[in-house]
Amino acid sequence: MEKPFAITLDVGSSLANHTGSWRTKRPLYVDRLPPCNNACPAGENIQGWLFHAEAGNYEAAWRVLVQDNPMPAVMGRVCYHPCESSCNRGQFDEAVGINSVERFLGDEAIKQGWKFDAPPKASGKKVLIVGAGPSGLSAAYHLARLGHQVTIFEAGPFAGGMMRFGIPKYRLPREVLEAEIKRILDMGVVLKLNSRVDNILDSMKSAGFDAAFLAVGAHIGKRTFIPAGSAAKVLDAVGVLHSMEGEEKPMLGRRVVVYGGGNTAIDVARTAKRLGATEAIIVYRRTREKMPAHDFEVEEALQEGILIKWLSTIKQVSDAGALTIEKMALDDKGFPQPTGEFETLESDSLVLALGQDVDLSLLNGVPGLEIKDGVVQVSPALMTGYPGIFAGGDMVPSERTVTVAVGHGKKAARNIDAWLLGSSYEAAPKHELANYEKLNPWYYNDAPKTMRPMLETLRRQSTFDEVQGGLDESSAQFEARRCMSCGNCFECDNCYGVCPDNAVIKLGPGKRFEFNLDYCKGCGICVSECPCGAIKMVPEEV
Amino acid sequence: MLKQCEGSHAVASAVAMCRPEVICAYPISPQTHIVEGLGEMVKSGKLAPCEFINVESEFAAMSVAIGASAAGARSYTATASQGLLFMVEAVYNASGLGLPIVMTVANRAIGAPINIWNDHSDSMSQRDCGWIQLFAENNQEALDLHIQAFRLGEELSLPVMVCMDGFILTHAYERVDMPTQEQVDAYLPPFVPRQILDPAEPVSIGAMVGPEAFTEVRYLAHAKQMQALELIPQHAAEFQKIFGRDSGGLVRPYRCEDAETIVVALGSVLGTLKDTIDEMRDAGHKIGVLGIVSFRPFPLQAIREVLKDAKRVVVLEKSLAVGIGGIVSTDVRMALSGLHLHGYTVIAGLGGRAITKASLHKMLQQAMRDELEHVTFLDLDHNLVKRHLEREKQKRRSGPMAENILRDVGVVAARIA
Amino acid sequence: MPFQPVKFYQTGTFTVGNRLLAPEERTVQANMQRTNGLNSGHRACQGCGEALGARYAIDAAMRACNNQLVAANATGCLEVFSTPYPETSWQIPWIHSLFGNTAAVATGIAAALKVKGRREVRVVAQGGDGGTTDIGFGCLSGMFERNDDVLYICYDNEAYMNTGVQRSSATPPAARTATTMPVGVEPGNVFGQGKNVPQIAMAHNIPYVATATVADLHDLEYKVTKAMGMHGARYIHIFVPCPLGWGAASNDTIKLARLARETGLFAVYEAEHGEVTSVSKIRKRVPVEEYLKLQKRFVHLFGKTPATETIARIQAMADRNIRKFGLLEEEGV
Repeated sequence: MEKPFAITLDVGSSLANHTGSWRTKRPLYVDRLPPCNNACPAGENIQGWLFHAEAGNYEAAWRVLVQDNPMPAVMGRVCYHPCESSCNRGQFDEAVGINSVERFLGDEAIKQGWKFDAPPKASGKKVLIVGAGPSGLSAAYHLARLGHQVTIFEAGPFAGGMMRFGIPKYRLPREVLEAEIKRILDMGVVLKLNSRVDNILDSMKSAGFDAAFLAVGAHIGKRTFIPAGSAAKVLDAVGVLHSMEGEEKPMLGRRVVVYGGGNTAIDVARTAKRLGATEAIIVYRRTREKMPAHDFEVEEALQEGILIKWLSTIKQVSDAGALTIEKMALDDKGFPQPTGEFETLESDSLVLALGQDVDLSLLNGVPGLEIKDGVVQVSPALMTGYPGIFAGGDMVPSERTVTVAVGHGKKAARNIDAWLLGSSYEAAPKHELANYEKLNPWYYNDAPKTMRPMLETLRRQSTFDEVQGGLDESSAQFEARRCMSCGNCFECDNCYGVCPDNAVIKLGPGKRFEFNLDYCKGCGICVSECPCGAIKMVPEEV
Repeated sequence: MLKQCEGSHAVASAVAMCRPEVICAYPISPQTHIVEGLGEMVKSGKLAPCEFINVESEFAAMSVAIGASAAGARSYTATASQGLLFMVEAVYNASGLGLPIVMTVANRAIGAPINIWNDHSDSMSQRDCGWIQLFAENNQEALDLHIQAFRLGEELSLPVMVCMDGFILTHAYERVDMPTQEQVDAYLPPFVPRQILDPAEPVSIGAMVGPEAFTEVRYLAHAKQMQALELIPQHAAEFQKIFGRDSGGLVRPYRCEDAETIVVALGSVLGTLKDTIDEMRDAGHKIGVLGIVSFRPFPLQAIREVLKDAKRVVVLEKSLAVGIGGIVSTDVRMALSGLHLHGYTVIAGLGGRAITKASLHKMLQQAMRDELEHVTFLDLDHNLVKRHLEREKQKRRSGPMAENILRDVGVVAARIA
Repeated sequence: MPFQPVKFYQTGTFTVGNRLLAPEERTVQANMQRTNGLNSGHRACQGCGEALGARYAIDAAMRACNNQLVAANATGCLEVFSTPYPETSWQIPWIHSLFGNTAAVATGIAAALKVKGRREVRVVAQGGDGGTTDIGFGCLSGMFERNDDVLYICYDNEAYMNTGVQRSSATPPAARTATTMPVGVEPGNVFGQGKNVPQIAMAHNIPYVATATVADLHDLEYKVTKAMGMHGARYIHIFVPCPLGWGAASNDTIKLARLARETGLFAVYEAEHGEVTSVSKIRKRVPVEEYLKLQKRFVHLFGKTPATETIARIQAMADRNIRKFGLLEEEGV
């Protein structure tokens, strides 16, 4: 139409006016480090795999997960999930049940028979791994993914290490463990059972290995000096749990006393109960608050009828198995001090769960090694003092958990790979932490955590059935959807919607967003209203 | 078809034949009969399709018309006096936006003191509002001008005010030649808006225009009115072809050939003036009368053409520019720029005061002798004025002026008949 | 409830969109093909709530009527920042006539469309609080009373912002404006009786009246859509914070709207034919201080000696709203 001059205008013509020139600060999309990822000893991209699980795309979720950790079904059962302790959602209602979703994904993978991608072109390099525990298996998996030929020498008759010999069946059913180990071996990893390495250098030389990763674990139960009668039955916890895997179940009697305060002590006491002990008593020298065992395990044990004697040390064991117990009291600094008060506790057997030592005999004669406090010292790259020999898991200084071991395996694999290529591995710099203050929690619905089903107490006391059940699909998805996606865009469209200047361009599913700096005036609403803290303002450059 | 009817009824019928699509009505005397008539036609279905909207004020009436016109509907409303002033902001807006609304102004005085009777103060207050202003001499012309107004306004995208004297015309029963629908349809094509609010072709109407283009926008409004100066005679000629009547145009000179004295006026007073002039011509005086139909645009050239050979010009005005005198006179003077004529302004008929032939004779005799003051108030009761001025001199709290004068007059309606 | 909250998803109910929601559960604003009725390049201040509210409302209305929309706009910020010659930000047929006549202009448009048989084309009128609650109130009431087929949307930022932040009849008590300076015995705006236009609109018994804020897009779009599904006079009053006029940070616009609702100072509800049909419950109730403190227009209440009595009176206003509309979950309606 032939419009009247000036007072009538063509629609949308203000696009010619680039209001971006008003700006003094500009918004920037960022990926901040979610606290769960930050806390994960295995270095999992938890927010990353939950993102796919939220959408019901479980295989994609699993594939993101196994980029870091090849054993999600195991992990979803035995990990102490520091991710959940640090989850921002814990400050909102309750932490996301990351561990239960991980288990769901792991179980789903087993059910669906998902396989790892075939390794790329072979590197031609051969790596020897000693020990088929969590760190050894993890290293094998990651090295195989990098194209290296991997052989594992395992001294025992089964693969799994402490996952098999340290963790009771009621926490980790063996078929789950077997399935996840098999999937790693299916990548072409060679496992040699009953193959003890007595001298690492000889073993490497004999088969022409280019590098080695030592992951023999810590299997020797620690002893403490307790005067005991010759007929007294004193066992060590690792031994007891180990024998659970054989034909001959350990004979512990009706009254079993476990000495120690770690998770192993709990495991042994609960195992004893299942083996028929009428009384399973843990004796621990400090209080519940000070106990190193995880509180949920303590709670589960108490539910199953395990008794715990706090602030108690065992001074003496008689032939008949009577234990002399001394009461302790905490001093000002929280250390237990003897009180001089004694009592007697009858027992059929005493199991010592006081920690484990490493069998370092295979390292005899290797030059350059440093051993301190019974463990092998390694560089930040997990290499021992001998070039090409790396070590991880319980045999190096660290927290002794399956998850830490799996993390060591990955880290070692990356460093071995770099070393084999004559370079060094540089981890990508960590993103800024997405702490709770960076979020806008208004946008999240109140949605309490989904509890995993628990086996009824009676069956827990008498059988080795798995205590904790898994989530069904809808619950797992619900739980995944409780993830607040801290620090990482989850495409909620908020920035796209709240911009008064239409200066956010939506790029389409999976492609996130982009700022149109021609029009962005720098008001910062997108930053304030981003639920997950994935945008920040930066000063405009002159 | 000849018909004896009230002026308002004649106008309502003419407007209806123009097929208006939206009519907004707010009551104010003396225009009310027009919209009442239209309202009945719409409600009965005689005038369809058409929306008749009873609005809450004149401001709303003009605003509804603005919206309707911008959405492409032929829109009409009517008002008078205070009502016109109440809608002023929207009046300016309609012309500024170039919306061809037609509005009847049944001319009426503006208070205070409140007065419902006729003069031209209301329309004259809007002389600069950008609307075309046409003044009707009688009911026939009022009827005809409405038909021409739609045609003119829509062709130029400008609103048109048809001014007819309140009561004198609106309430007078006269014989009119009522056109047929066919004639009106032949003369007035359907409204094709220059701009329209339509989702099929969206535009933003009513932008804020700053110094960079405001002058140009105002100039274009002026240029359009200049175009109207050419269109109005053309439209009148076409009108004559179809309707057989000479109606409209810019100016209507009457016996101005060889006239030494010419009276200039607008509206219904022209009838009385013509009678007076006839009598004076019979008495041998060289005198004529010039009626202005188009007050805006003001036909400077046409007026100069008529007046240039006269010796004196008397502008008879039904409005007062307080503090100077005439409104029309000022414009007429501009038409006479450079000519040496005696010019007189006569203020007459304010608030409905009758303009009698006797008074006109007396005044014109004075004018012809060049004894008239430059600004003369016809039939001004000097005694009343003096008495009031005296009162004011005597005491501070002299009381309300209008009420005092009414008391002096004695009979309120004495001067109206 | 105005709409069913999407349970079991972390943000479905509150964020603009979400890749996991079914398309029909997402907002218009989440759509890559949304109209952007108010386009980029407009000259609104940084963080303008009105620009945001207008786009929200117009885009929703456009969807509801299949893009067959015409808008009339009152004088004010929205008009000035969107259409300074030679550019307009509107993508729809739009007219600005005057400050006080928008409802009437819209009535005229609706009448024209009706007479032309274009029933598919719908009419929206929009203005700020000044153009609605003050100068345009007569025309608005007339439009209501006649039940003209117009959806009138008021973008309420509680003062005359375009002219430099002067008081309107929507300005809250104690607020500083250029004409209610924080001086004298009663600093800021007086505690008058207020002019609650949504309630006055309800008193006209028109088919639909609703209030909304820019902080709750789902609710806003639901209401616009619902209003567009009806004929006759409809009124939506949208609360749009003004960073400039309120002396607030430009990034706090939505937060302020949220707090206005969560304090109870701005009741969010809808009504049909004069009866309240639903209210948006307060999710996390907060004291009025949390809202007031973010705004320099109330800064005089928080000086060395806080104006506790004034704050208490404002809190009482919020409490009265909460009681009157039943804004708390447990109180019910």
